[in-house]
Amino acid sequence: MPSDSGLASQERTIVNKVTVRFAGDSGDGMQLIGNLFATEAAWMGNDLATFPDYPAEIRAPIGTLNGVSGFQLQIGASDVYTPGDNPDVLVAMNPAALKVGLKGLKDGGIVLLNTSSLTERNLQKAGLTKEDLDRIKSSYRLYEVEITKLTQLAVNDLGLTPAQAERCKNFFALGLISWMFNRKIEPTIDWIKKKFAKNPAIMEANEKTLVAGYRYGENAEIFSAFPLYDIPRARMNPGLYTNLTGNQAIAYGLVAAAKQAGLELFLGSYPITPASEILHELAKLKHLNVVTFQAEDEIAGICSAIGASFAGMIAATSTSGPGLSLKQEALGLALMLEIPLVIVDVQRGGPSTGLPTKTEQSDLMQAIYGRHGEAPVVVLAAKNSADCFHMAYEAVRIATKYMIPVIVLSDSYLANGSEPFRIPSPNELPEIKVQLRTDPNGFYPYLRDPKTLARPWAIPGTPGLEHRIGGLEKDSLTGCVSYDADNHEKMVLTRQEKIARVQQDIPDVEVLGSPDSEVALVGWGSTFGAIAQSVDELNRSGIPVAQVHLSYLNPLPGNLGEVLKRFKKVIVPEINLGQLSRILRATYLIETIPFNRVLGVPIRAQEIVEFVHQVFEGVVA
Amino acid sequence: MKMQESASIPKFTRKDLIPGGEVKWCPGCGDYAILASIQKILPELNTPRENFVFVSGIGCSSRFPYYMNTYGLHSIHGRAPAVATGVKLANPKLSVWVMTGDGDAMSIGGNHLIHALRRNLDLKIVMFNNEIYGLTKGQYSPTTQMGQVTKSSPYGVPDYPFSPLRLALGAGATFVARAFDVDGPHLQAILKEAALHKGSAFIEIWQNCVVFNDSVFDPIVSKESRPDHLLYLEEGQPLLFGKDKENAVISEEMSPRVVPASEAPKERLLVHKSGLQDPAYAFLVSGMTYPEFPVPMGIFRNVQSPAYDEILDGQVKKAKAKAKDNSFMALFDGLETWTIN
Ligand SMILES: Cc1ncc(C[n+]2csc(CCOP(=O)(O)OP(=O)(O)O)c2C)c(N)n1
Ligand code: SF4
Ligand SMILES: [Mg+2]
Repeated sequence: MPSDSGLASQERTIVNKVTVRFAGDSGDGMQLIGNLFATEAAWMGNDLATFPDYPAEIRAPIGTLNGVSGFQLQIGASDVYTPGDNPDVLVAMNPAALKVGLKGLKDGGIVLLNTSSLTERNLQKAGLTKEDLDRIKSSYRLYEVEITKLTQLAVNDLGLTPAQAERCKNFFALGLISWMFNRKIEPTIDWIKKKFAKNPAIMEANEKTLVAGYRYGENAEIFSAFPLYDIPRARMNPGLYTNLTGNQAIAYGLVAAAKQAGLELFLGSYPITPASEILHELAKLKHLNVVTFQAEDEIAGICSAIGASFAGMIAATSTSGPGLSLKQEALGLALMLEIPLVIVDVQRGGPSTGLPTKTEQSDLMQAIYGRHGEAPVVVLAAKNSADCFHMAYEAVRIATKYMIPVIVLSDSYLANGSEPFRIPSPNELPEIKVQLRTDPNGFYPYLRDPKTLARPWAIPGTPGLEHRIGGLEKDSLTGCVSYDADNHEKMVLTRQEKIARVQQDIPDVEVLGSPDSEVALVGWGSTFGAIAQSVDELNRSGIPVAQVHLSYLNPLPGNLGEVLKRFKKVIVPEINLGQLSRILRATYLIETIPFNRVLGVPIRAQEIVEFVHQVFEGVVA
Repeated sequence: MKMQESASIPKFTRKDLIPGGEVKWCPGCGDYAILASIQKILPELNTPRENFVFVSGIGCSSRFPYYMNTYGLHSIHGRAPAVATGVKLANPKLSVWVMTGDGDAMSIGGNHLIHALRRNLDLKIVMFNNEIYGLTKGQYSPTTQMGQVTKSSPYGVPDYPFSPLRLALGAGATFVARAFDVDGPHLQAILKEAALHKGSAFIEIWQNCVVFNDSVFDPIVSKESRPDHLLYLEEGQPLLFGKDKENAVISEEMSPRVVPASEAPKERLLVHKSGLQDPAYAFLVSGMTYPEFPVPMGIFRNVQSPAYDEILDGQVKKAKAKAKDNSFMALFDGLETWTIN
């Protein structure tokens, strides 16, 4: 096992943050080494955020621009909010990856290129010429390494087929990058040993290649002329950590909440990108009292969850925008029934099939207003991958306490990206106290708790509580069908009032950044990181701005109106055409300055910084 | 339900099932008779009243749960099988019934119906077939006869109708039956069989809509028509009909054919068997329609195969036996973790 290079501490440049992008063919294992590099960094105490970025086609032709699969991550010695705007380092496994990956690379950035891939044909497929390569050499710090060939040499005594040997080449790249940034490769070796336990030849080959890549860095002369890097550990809360994607975190948050409530968890779902992993993750957890049901469509997904909730389970359904559209009628039913239900919408580019693998924040309006009738539901949004756990948990807490449906918004970017998640102990998590009604004395299906307005949860199988509920308007006490006009108005107002009461149960918004500044950046969901980073940069460059982040979209936090009125300018960056912006204007009668991008990718901190400059310069009013 | 539980089950009567409040179907609607039949058989099923759940969609027929003093959920149009699926998966001990109409089940809810049947989940799906959309006042449904004039088909229905039984058989339902509103004893016998069946059960009930489709079934079900046009299927019995059972149904080139009983070749005389694994026979008899054939009533298919809830339960048991730990922390088993001090 290689030890830390003796030279490291003297000759390495200490950096606070670095952004690395791995790019290769879909089959080159870029997602894998990206994740493993993230784990190595996490083990060494770095904060980080990752962004997998793969092609929409499952198997795009090899070597083409469409087939490039990328994985970007930022690791740092202080808070890392995003996977980085512009990579410092690009690892390119072939010419197509080089061409695609160069877009956004920092000027003078480092390129590690697998020169074994520079065949006439590959260059042609990527549309690159020898002259292009020369230009790249002059604009970036290009390191040419024959990764494929060196990989084959590393494993040549193991009797693998050439194809098998070549498949290890991603580990060579990982070894080399690990050495450059002084990240320990032990976690990767452990992973290889576990993963390929049943296939010793492949296990050995991958390990050897990894070590060969690491050693190549130590020994190769090319690197000695250039600085090596080190990233000190970040100050993170002590505890046990793991790396979670947003989708995993949603799944685990739901399980944790059900456990806290002392009930079993039900998920009714129909596969859809980018939400399917929530179903996949929960389907593995039968031993933890989780029932998953792959329904025939989204409507059946939510309807089965409604049935399960009626019968006493913590019930959820997961989907993306098109599926949320299909679920809206049933969501109205859940609201009428006043049963607890969690609806997870992992947003993607819309409308219609839109950009299924790309990110967007364009379902906010449909989450808050998408139903017929006066049909308010609670809407929450996760701000980063780890927060997906807490928002899913919070959704269950509110849904059960108020007997109400709760929508959790995530998006493609959070769903696939990962970051360190501190595993909480159950007693750190908020209380979820569920009381299933058993006493028939004085039971009325719609007799409410005076504080929360929740009605009793009385489940089938309980003697003496037999009752009927349904989508028709119901009497405010007995729950029997009622067409009485006054009763209807009372019920409409009561359902709205329930939402209003949730406001007492959620935290006020905090003002981050420079609270006394005149300009606030207000955001929700996954733009949190980019906004935080831009606020950081602006404040450090002497432009005072504040950040206000909304985790609760309906109801909005109680102090929000008062907070927003403190600012002269309220800038609202969103990956849509101004949905939150419109809500803030309508709710608080204030001016807002929307900043909207819909490129299918997260807004970059730099874009926000530039926009704020424009606002200060009066270019944008 | 397990039989040994019966001793401890508090008895209830038909009267206990009447919740009070008005039943709001039109006077003379066939739904009343169906309600009465179900209220009659429930107390005989050895299941406590609180374990019954009636789930419905939207339609006149779907008002049913409001008139049963059990647990009930009147959901949205077409979705009752999906809602009922969640109820049953949440608590397999419950006896879960789906009450639906021909429009609810075969039109807007067709997808949910076929999948519920295909999974063989232990649901009792009772479809009130009045061959019309009653609640919306008289449009044609997927079971309305071709050519019939309705509000939405002034020139006659241009669609070919579904055969509900054949649809259910095609979807793999393990229990498929047909009855009609006014023959209470027959209907009750069928419903009881369905209740005892473990797995998905589909029961089509012909129901007269006095307002929008009055008497459509009379050519078959009226007292005068029955001998010649209706055939009660009886297990192990040959398919004979007529006042004096003078007619027989035989199979000819995989199709049914009516011949005088005296001329029926014994080896081709159809004898009713609902327990055949292969649904071919059930498919054949369910295709006998008026006026060429006597229309069969009874149980077309009744076979056992593992129910969805049983299969799922097996998976859960297996997963639990394999798991070392099922605490909160077990969630993170198998993930790479590290400690920061
Ligand atoms: C989404 C939706 N679409 C349409 C309707 C209107 N609608 C209510 S019941 C019904 C048809 C019911 O027919 P059927 O299921 O045969 O029931 P019946 O009234 O005949 O018993 C329709 C179209 C509705 N309630 N919801
Ligand atoms: S409209 Fe027809 S089906 Fe509906 S209640 Fe009246 S008679 Fe019955
Ligand atoms: Mg009907």
